[in-house]
Amino acid sequence: MYNLIGAGLIVIGAGIGLGQIGGKAMEGIARQPEATGKIQTAMIIIAALLEGLAFGALFLGK
Amino acid sequence: MRIAYKTVKFLTIVAITLFTAVSFASESDKKHDVQNDGGRVNTKSEVEAYILHHIKDSHDFSLFSYTSDSGERKHVGFPLPVILWSSEGLVTFMSSAFHHNDDGHVIVEKNGLKFAKIHSKIYELDTDAATVSFDETHHATNAHKTLDFSITKSAFGLIVIGLLMLLWFSKLARQYKTKKVPTGFGRVLEPLVLYVRDEIARPNIGEKHYRRFTGYLLTVFFFIWILNLAGLTPLGFNVTGQLAVTGCLAIFTLVIYTVSGTKGYWMHMIWMPGVPMLIRPVLAIIELAGALIIKPFSLLVRLFANISAGHIVVMSLIAIMFTLKESLGVVGATGLSLVLSFFITLIEVLVAFLQAYIFTMLSALFIGMAVDDHAEAH
Repeated sequence: MYNLIGAGLIVIGAGIGLGQIGGKAMEGIARQPEATGKIQTAMIIIAALLEGLAFGALFLGK
Repeated sequence: MRIAYKTVKFLTIVAITLFTAVSFASESDKKHDVQNDGGRVNTKSEVEAYILHHIKDSHDFSLFSYTSDSGERKHVGFPLPVILWSSEGLVTFMSSAFHHNDDGHVIVEKNGLKFAKIHSKIYELDTDAATVSFDETHHATNAHKTLDFSITKSAFGLIVIGLLMLLWFSKLARQYKTKKVPTGFGRVLEPLVLYVRDEIARPNIGEKHYRRFTGYLLTVFFFIWILNLAGLTPLGFNVTGQLAVTGCLAIFTLVIYTVSGTKGYWMHMIWMPGVPMLIRPVLAIIELAGALIIKPFSLLVRLFANISAGHIVVMSLIAIMFTLKESLGVVGATGLSLVLSFFITLIEVLVAFLQAYIFTMLSALFIGMAVDDHAEAH
């Protein structure tokens, strides 16, 4: 029961984080479309780090 | 890159056709339902057990199983060798000796020792025991695990994919000796190789050092990508979803960036210049933990969790046709499951590439941090 609540909290946190990353990347691309490639690379790296953290937490909570 | 996209498209189509074929096969299998359902997956808990069984490694390679008209359970697949280091040395036999039994009821006698398979683990029975007895938590009381070097399903997959890669890439490399433009399958591989070199290795490691590490990055990228895609076929590989495999890959990266770290890298980690004396030991602990534990752990867990989660989701969606059969009817449940598993499989093809890309990218980033010249940074 408690680990389900924990999993929910992790997913909420990860969702907020991913939303921030994606949203800001979109804003950046809209402002500077010529930097799309660089922004996408950076976005994927940060998203991957966040994902690693979230999965690690889910994994430990299981 | 156009050719590469075409390959991905082609592999997607193949994966989906095979998937739907398997789904249909299981559905028509249910039509001639006989009274004893001999290990057939029907209820929610059976589906759960089946999925968990698939996620784990197994000792034989089973493609599918069905119940024949005479009510007999038939398994299609092939056995793999079991190699054990038991209390009396090396013992080998084929996994078909267990007759697909997984709860310790079939005892295999070899070299005077008795073995039983319980939940995909092979146990050696004590000398005076004839059958395995369990306590109330379902742990075997008169048997113990042995050192298991078996060619399991995952090990088999590793070997097959490794040999295939050796074949494809050595063929591609040989072509450059005689002609400038590769032909055949080499045309698919060349843009991908260039992509890894120019988009992953070069910008992250730096112009000076990238050549040394491109080989490793290419190997890891194609290894993970091809195994991920193999996991999407109905062959039932889940190699990159095994902690041991992803852990090994993470350790490779750890060893490479630890060994090739420059003096500046280690100085910045152990005795950070430019910060107050009192903070330096604290920073050293954080930096060391980050470099030696957190970085490889994040590489390991990300790949494992993504691929396992993908397998669980795809199989759960396929299982909808069994679990929702009562409420939606056979056609409705099958249709729903087909549509959902179709789209999730498409996403999984993307994830297969993305995870290979991210693993390679982060490895390159970590290596780049280690070989970078820190001396001029301050």
